[in-house]
Amino acid sequence: MRKYVIRRLLGMIPTLAIISIIVFVVIQLPEGDIVTSTLDQLSATGVDLSDDRIQNLRAQYNLDQPLPVQYLAWIGNFITGDMGFSYLYAQPVNELVWERLGYTLLITTCALLFTWVLALPIGIYSAVRQYSVADYAFTTIGLIGLATPNFLVALILMYFGYTWFGLSFGGLFSPEYLNVPWSWGRFRDMLAHLWIPVVVIGTSGMAITMRLMRANLLDELKKPYVITARAKGVPPLKLLLKYPVRIAINPFISTIGLLLPALISGEAIVGVVLNLPTTGPLLVQSLITQDMYLAGSLIMMLSVLTVVGMLLSDLLLAWVDPRIRYERA
Amino acid sequence: MSELRELSPSRLAWLRFRRHRLAILAACFLVVLYTLAAFCEFISPYTPEQRNVRAINAPPMDIRFVDAQGQFHFRPFVYDLKLTINPDTWMREYEEDSSTPYPLRFFAKGVPYELWGLVPAERHLFSVDPRGPGYIHWFGTDSLGRDMFSRVLYGARVSLSIGIVGVGLTLFLGILLGGFAGYLGGIVDSVVQRITEVLQSIPTLPLWMALSAALPTAWSPITTYFGVTLILSLFGWTTLARQVRGRFLAMREEDFVVAARLLGANDSRVIFRHMLPSFSSHIITTATLAVPAMMLGETALSFLGIGLRAPVVSWGVLLQQAQNYQVIVMTPWLLLPGAFIVVTVIAFNLLGDGLRDAADPYSSLSEK
Amino acid sequence: MNDSLLSIEDLIVEFKTELGSVKALKEVSFDVPYSSITAVVGESGSGKSVTSNAIMRLLPDSAQTSGEIILRPQGREPIAINSLDERDPQMQELRGGLVSMVFQEPMTALSPVHRIGDQVAEAVLCHRKVSQEAALAEAAAMLEQVGLTEVESKMRMYPFEFSGGMRQRVIIAMALICNPQLLICDEPTTALDVTIQAEILVLIKSLQRKLNNSVLFITHDLGVVAQIADRVVVMYDGQVMETGSVRQVLKSPQHPYTLHLLSSMPGIKIVEELQTSSEGWAEGAPMGSGTVLGDAGGGRQVREFSK
Repeated sequence: MRKYVIRRLLGMIPTLAIISIIVFVVIQLPEGDIVTSTLDQLSATGVDLSDDRIQNLRAQYNLDQPLPVQYLAWIGNFITGDMGFSYLYAQPVNELVWERLGYTLLITTCALLFTWVLALPIGIYSAVRQYSVADYAFTTIGLIGLATPNFLVALILMYFGYTWFGLSFGGLFSPEYLNVPWSWGRFRDMLAHLWIPVVVIGTSGMAITMRLMRANLLDELKKPYVITARAKGVPPLKLLLKYPVRIAINPFISTIGLLLPALISGEAIVGVVLNLPTTGPLLVQSLITQDMYLAGSLIMMLSVLTVVGMLLSDLLLAWVDPRIRYERA
Repeated sequence: MSELRELSPSRLAWLRFRRHRLAILAACFLVVLYTLAAFCEFISPYTPEQRNVRAINAPPMDIRFVDAQGQFHFRPFVYDLKLTINPDTWMREYEEDSSTPYPLRFFAKGVPYELWGLVPAERHLFSVDPRGPGYIHWFGTDSLGRDMFSRVLYGARVSLSIGIVGVGLTLFLGILLGGFAGYLGGIVDSVVQRITEVLQSIPTLPLWMALSAALPTAWSPITTYFGVTLILSLFGWTTLARQVRGRFLAMREEDFVVAARLLGANDSRVIFRHMLPSFSSHIITTATLAVPAMMLGETALSFLGIGLRAPVVSWGVLLQQAQNYQVIVMTPWLLLPGAFIVVTVIAFNLLGDGLRDAADPYSSLSEK
Repeated sequence: MNDSLLSIEDLIVEFKTELGSVKALKEVSFDVPYSSITAVVGESGSGKSVTSNAIMRLLPDSAQTSGEIILRPQGREPIAINSLDERDPQMQELRGGLVSMVFQEPMTALSPVHRIGDQVAEAVLCHRKVSQEAALAEAAAMLEQVGLTEVESKMRMYPFEFSGGMRQRVIIAMALICNPQLLICDEPTTALDVTIQAEILVLIKSLQRKLNNSVLFITHDLGVVAQIADRVVVMYDGQVMETGSVRQVLKSPQHPYTLHLLSSMPGIKIVEELQTSSEGWAEGAPMGSGTVLGDAGGGRQVREFSK
């Protein structure tokens, strides 16, 4: 097992390296560089810099170096925790991302749990009562959920929230808790707001999870070991949960890896609609204003989050499923 | 037991597909929708940019056959909208004015347009006499007084075609790379495998966002359109490539492929004459199920303002107007493009499910 | 008054499908006496497995059954299995407690994610109120009885670490641990190597002698029948063709189908005159109208057939 963990950890390194190159290339794509944009801003305010100063500035950002050197400098700084400077916010990127990343992680994790807590039992029910009215109903709801973009769910929820309850959603905190230190009240206030993005982001994953669980369980229910257990005299409900469900659930642990990028993607857009203090709106802002250091760092952080999530899901799967544990050790 | 007849594989597939009534329904719906989108200039009563200053944020109008006096008219008509400004909220409020009906005209001359940007014409499927004061906004208007029905139709052309074009590109990349990986194996295989793994572990939307934000703003609408499509497919091919690779790997060992090779067929003949046809049905199914993902991707990007940009009209661009709840509460009909997205995606999913069942030679006809 | 452990009377099983119904069993009747091994032999599709699944009530919902299956456990009231409700507590007691089963596919019949020891012990825990430790201890003892070595470490292993023969031993242990009165073996050796096959057969036979229970042994292999069984039931197309002691049926088969079956076995000599009488049997020939040609002596019955 330890060997497997180490191998997986080492395997992350090339993946992250390739991702970082892709991200670096992407942030290099827009025309101009950070110094020219800074200069444009400065000259707009009437400040003109001497050529010497400009050269210095370029050297400071390694812009006078060839691209590979620039890349190494960027990634080196990134690893040591220096993510550059956002001129949009006139703040080091560092100070901007951490808190928002925390909220993103919180919302994504809750959305994942929400998806499972609701979708897995429904999938089990649909499989056991195949072709029942409820099965059809759940399948229909799932189909609609699959087809509705996250942000549309958010918009519709906002509409009904306002017209029916006079609520205005948005943000993670009520105004009075916006910029105050953490307290019990602030935490409770956050929970009262948190469920909306969690539900919105969770719905899209729910449909897939439901369908997969139903299909997996239908497959497992036909397997001989289920009959063996029945012949052994295991009571029906215990049998269902202990054998086929247990095995049908295993693949879901590995789908964390597939679901996570989708959830993080979903969070990015729902964050904009619901005005959340997460990475999504920041990313959109930085992209629209071409604040590429900020954008690059954000995408890199989100990718790291995904890769780590995938690693954790793989380890969890190995821990739960003995076959994988032995095969890969 | 029923009489045994010999059925060709394609006939069997059709029989299996026909059992899926929902899939048939979805297919019909999509055909209608694509036809509407193809002839959107003719079907919509206005051009998407045309502004009606007398109907700003006007609600959808009812097309009526029965007037306020309860009399039936063979020719449908709409009532004029009377605008009042609410003195408390300073909001525009519209009320139907049943004293002035505007009858609909069919195939009549209206706003001139160019069909497919080529053929100049001015007849519309339906319209209200443009020389008079009347107007028809079946789906209401937006904050600039533009007709939502026309805009939804024009948007359909872009949104629907981006799905098809994008999936075409995805298929090309996926089959090419997956096929190479699966057929050649060795180093090619591990490189492609590695790339797909990496691409699958990047959250797609942020990367899409970054790439389309990098598209030069100076690009023409049509270039941006292809740019966005390319970006969407650039990361969409991985799933398909994996499937194709798996199939190729398995099939490389199958007897009929080995036999073809032993008979001296070269690689390309083996691939294109023997291997691809044997899972083309599978590819069609996967493609059908991939269209919605493309459409949803475009919608998301445009909605955020970093995909397609006005003056291009797509369903995502249209939804961009409905980003905050004040707008949604005041003018909920701006969400209509969203309804079109949902229904279209559902239709593609149903069709894909039906095709998958039909293409699977092992799914039996008797089983439900 | 019947004095067998299990009596099957006029059992009919019909499967409903969209294309119509298929009769898998057409009035099957036979007995399984106490303390004996009864083999059911027939080609695939003859209804052997449907019969054994009907006894365990493991048929899918699409199956409709009629007829009687009566179990007469020693020291208890007889149970009419076929009319038990699925939720009846007797049902749970029956499965694994009074009757248990060994399956054809040892590779898939065990749960891949549970430890061997736990799976065997679960059978105990389902039927008796004992502690987890006691159940595990019993499981270990039983695994030793079926010929596993180093049981302590094997208990903690998973099925995929076992060979087919070892898994089949585990399944036998699981089936016998509650000391059932009837053990159904559904082609338990078909998926195994020939040498392992012989070992498993010896094991089943010796355990039957030791525990003094009854075994219903489903097989298509007459060689296996000769090796293990006391009595034989020959089935074809959902009907019983012939029943009798192994000696009677194999030495002097009365029904042409039995003869046909025998002649298809390599290495079994058939008396010339009997062979000629097998010409009356052809694939798909009518197998009699359901009446039984009286008792041929010694509990022997042969179905009527037309020449």
